[in-house]
Amino acid sequence: MRSYVPAYEMETPRDLSDALERLAQEPGVWKPFAGGTDLMVLLEAGKLPHRRFLNVSEFSELRGIEIMPEYVTLGALTTYTEIRRSEVLAREFPLLCRAAAETGSVATQNRGTLGGNIANASPAADSPPALLVYDAELELVSVSGARWVAYQGFWTGYKQIGLRADELIRAIRLPRGMRSWSHYYRKVGTRRAQAISKVCFAAAARMDAGRVADVRVALGSVAPMVLRAVETEKILRDRKLTRENLRAAQDVLAREIAPIDDMRSTARYRGRIAQNLLAEFCATLPA
Amino acid sequence: MPDSSRPGQGRKIFLDCEINGRALTLEAYPMARLLDVLREQAGLTGTKEGCGEGECGACAVEFNGLLVNSCLVPALQAASAKIRTIEGIAGGNPLQHGHPLGERLDAVQQAFLAHGGAQCGICTPGMILAAVNLLARNPHPSESEIREGLAGNLCRCTGYTKIFESVLAACRTTEFPSEPQR
Repeated sequence: MRSYVPAYEMETPRDLSDALERLAQEPGVWKPFAGGTDLMVLLEAGKLPHRRFLNVSEFSELRGIEIMPEYVTLGALTTYTEIRRSEVLAREFPLLCRAAAETGSVATQNRGTLGGNIANASPAADSPPALLVYDAELELVSVSGARWVAYQGFWTGYKQIGLRADELIRAIRLPRGMRSWSHYYRKVGTRRAQAISKVCFAAAARMDAGRVADVRVALGSVAPMVLRAVETEKILRDRKLTRENLRAAQDVLAREIAPIDDMRSTARYRGRIAQNLLAEFCATLPA
Repeated sequence: MPDSSRPGQGRKIFLDCEINGRALTLEAYPMARLLDVLREQAGLTGTKEGCGEGECGACAVEFNGLLVNSCLVPALQAASAKIRTIEGIAGGNPLQHGHPLGERLDAVQQAFLAHGGAQCGICTPGMILAAVNLLARNPHPSESEIREGLAGNLCRCTGYTKIFESVLAACRTTEFPSEPQR
């Protein structure tokens, strides 16, 4: 049933520091609101627990894609459409562009933001696997200052992240230098467009003389949170891609993930698909 | 400081925005859906509600030149916005002629009439907004770009073929794609 709209409050703070003051004065009372593509769906379903929102969608400090020698930094309000149009992201971080293109429709991509996707913390979100492969770091700001944290380890449980109630995600930065890696992304859903994933798989590897010099693998929709398959990576790293090594990596992957049966798929299907996608990823790597 | 223990009791706010080129002041609860504000406050019932959760595109409008689902936009964020609804599509370009039912219809609207792109009509305003917005960004889309541009709009009548053909025909017939409202 639809929520009773008059019971909800939303205000636009004067600026970013005003917003941070409000978050600090009443921790947990005010929730930041950006593009609304998740929160408005909950409102419509009568499942929006928060009652008070701060409209942060206009703050210029949270916007823009900045290219520095070491990092590409995306403001938290960067939309999927902006990600898709960025030449530097297409060149160096193609998994993020693929994820943005696979997220909802044009209308959703025009409104949905990367920071909002991180804060919503859905284990089925499309961009977190790409962010994990690229070792993303988050800048969290509050009245007491700013801190950078690694995105890996930021999740603490199902829909739980290490963001304090007085903090706002300001930016996401990606370390550069992966242009020569092989990148692979595949989302498996009920249909090819506009479906929430059954399994989402992002990976990248750097090959050297027939060996896997380095590799990163991340998956969505197969655990309470999006995860880096670090044990699976260890099996693949510093080895040749033989059939036996791939089989061993698939076995480890099956133990590393924790898929469940739900309305979108079954644990058995998800486990099998995750293993198949690992094999498909390895098949794309240069010998 | 507001008392955080009391149940939230929002007040209506006044919003100045521009809809289909007209400056309007609307009164709404801050979290009211733009869809409802357009239909009930502005009287623009051409914008339809389908799913109400951003999946079907029936409520699509242009919002500062971008295609959005109006069911997912809270009224507060419409302050100062320029919005174009289906009511603002026709008459945009007097150079477009050709259909007896309305020589001032947009090329996309004319193509929908000529090629049977509309049946029950619920998805049609959103489809036309999506197509017009696509052609404004990309006047010569490939077939796959047309399909992607319409992927957020669900239709339960036509099987999509006639809608797709309508948009394809609109690309071919018009030299003057309508400009997005900025």
